[in-house]
Amino acid sequence: MQKPDIAHLKPRFEDWRLIKAQALVTGKLLISGDKLKVEFRLWDLAAAQEMTALAFTTTPSNWRRVAHIISDKIYERLTGEEGYFDTRIIYVAESGPKTQRVKKLAIMDQDGFNTKYLTLGNELVLTPRFNPTNQMVTYMSYFRNMPRVYLLDIETGTQEVVGNFPGMTFAPRFSPDGKKIIMSFAKDGNSDIFTMDLETRLVERITEHSSIDTSPSFSPDGKFIAFNSDRSGLQQIYVMRSDGSNVKRITFGKGIYGTPVWSPRGDLIAFTKMHKGRFYIGVMRTDGTGERLLTENYYQEAPSWSPNGRVLVFYRETKSGTKGEGFSAKLWSIDITGYNERRLSTKTDASDPSWSSLLSK
Amino acid sequence: MTLKTNLKNILLVIFTTLLLSACSTAKKSADIEGDVYTGKETVEYLAAGVPDRVFFATNKSSLTTASRATLRKQATFLRKNKNLNVVIEGHADERGTREYNLALGERRANAARDYLMTYGISGKRLSVISYGKEKPVNPKSSPISWSQNRRSVTVKVN
Repeated sequence: MQKPDIAHLKPRFEDWRLIKAQALVTGKLLISGDKLKVEFRLWDLAAAQEMTALAFTTTPSNWRRVAHIISDKIYERLTGEEGYFDTRIIYVAESGPKTQRVKKLAIMDQDGFNTKYLTLGNELVLTPRFNPTNQMVTYMSYFRNMPRVYLLDIETGTQEVVGNFPGMTFAPRFSPDGKKIIMSFAKDGNSDIFTMDLETRLVERITEHSSIDTSPSFSPDGKFIAFNSDRSGLQQIYVMRSDGSNVKRITFGKGIYGTPVWSPRGDLIAFTKMHKGRFYIGVMRTDGTGERLLTENYYQEAPSWSPNGRVLVFYRETKSGTKGEGFSAKLWSIDITGYNERRLSTKTDASDPSWSSLLSK
Repeated sequence: MTLKTNLKNILLVIFTTLLLSACSTAKKSADIEGDVYTGKETVEYLAAGVPDRVFFATNKSSLTTASRATLRKQATFLRKNKNLNVVIEGHADERGTREYNLALGERRANAARDYLMTYGISGKRLSVISYGKEKPVNPKSSPISWSQNRRSVTVKVN
C-alpha cells in the first residue's frame, strides 16, 4: 500500500483499478499557528490523471465549511452539475405537546450541524424562506396575535412586517431576483395572491377569485407563477403569467394537490399530493405532464429544492396514538430519482424546511 | 342452584356486556354526522346553554343546521351583552397542507362571523383569526379528533 502523502503527489493508479475504483480523492491538512491549510486532488483512475485540485488557507474553525466546499467540487467534477453541500437550511424547530406546540425559526448547515435559533418561541412562526442571496428570510409570525408575513435580516436580526394589509398575510416567498415577496392575503373569508416590491413598497394584486389562492411560487425566470387554488372545488395546482393572466390548471390526476414549488432549473414543479388518506411528495413537468410520485407516507408536505434541482427536502409527521402520544415532525430529503430517501438530523422536531442557494457562489 | 342455571347466568352476563359495548360504539359513531362533529366533547360555553364552537366537514366551510342554531344562540347572547367583543378563531384538522389550512381556517371563521352579522351583531365586535392546523384541541390522529379540530371558536376578548 502506498503511503498517503506519496499517493497525494501521484497515486499508483493500477492498484486502485484493481478494485474497480474509478476516482480517488487525496488530501493534505496542515495546521500552523492559527491557520489551517487544506489541499485536495481528485484523480481519474482510468485515464491516470488529475481531474481537479484545490488548496485553501483558512482558520481551523472553518474545517467543516471547507469539507463541504471540497465535496461540492468533487460532485461538480464527477456529475457535471453544481453541488449542494455548502448550503444551509432554515426551518421551524418544534417542541412541546401537539396542542401547545412551541415553534422557533432555526437555521443549520444542510447536514444538521451548527444549529442557531433566530426567534425565541414566544409566538408561533411558520414557513420561513430564503432570498436568493441567503441574507434575508421571509416567514409568517403570529406576533401580537396578528398573523402576518415578516422580513428578517439574518445578520442584523432586524425584522419588519411586509406591507400594510388589513388581515392575515401568509405563504410568502421571494421572487427569483429577490426584489419582491409574493404571498397570500386573506380577507373576509377569501385568500388571494399579492406581491410587494421591497424597494418601492408597491403592492400588486395578482389573483382575484372567490376561492382560496395560496402557496405561490415563481418560475426561476420570473415569468410564471405556480399556485394552489380550490376554484375547481378542491385544491389543485395552477400556473399563470406573473401578471396574473392566462391561468391554467395543470393537475388532473386522482386526489388533491398542494404546495407547488418551481425547480431552480425551471424544468419541474415539486408538489404535495393527498389521495385516499395518504400523502405523497412528487414532481411533474411545468405543464402538469410526467407526474412522478417520489415518496408516500401518513403525512408529509412542503418540499423545497436543493439549489441544483436534484434533491428535495420536506417534512413528515407521524400519526398520534389513541392517547395523542407518538407524534413527531422531522425533516427528510429524497433525490428526484426517487432514491436516497433519508432523515436529516435536527436537534428538535422540525418542519417547513427551506434550502439556501450555494453559500460560496 | 344447578350447573345449568349457572351457565345461563354467565351467558346472560356475557350477552349484556356485548349489548352494552355495542351501544357505546353506536353512541360514539353517532357523534359524527356526514363528517361533521355533533358531540359535546371539547365544547365550552360562553354562558349557560351557549356553546362556543361550531364544526365543519373536511375541506368545507359551510354551516350545518346545528351550527346555525349554535350561532343564533351566540347572537342572542351577544345582543344581551352589548359591551362584549369576541374573536372568532378558525381551525383546520392536521390532514391538509399548512398554507391551505390557514386559508381554510380564515374562511371557516368568516362563515361564523357572517352568520352572526346577519343576526344583527356589528362586524366591529367580531374579529377573526385563523390558526390553520396549528392549534388542535384534540391531539389524536383519528376521524373523531380531526372532526373536533375542524372548528370555529368564539372567544370573549373583554
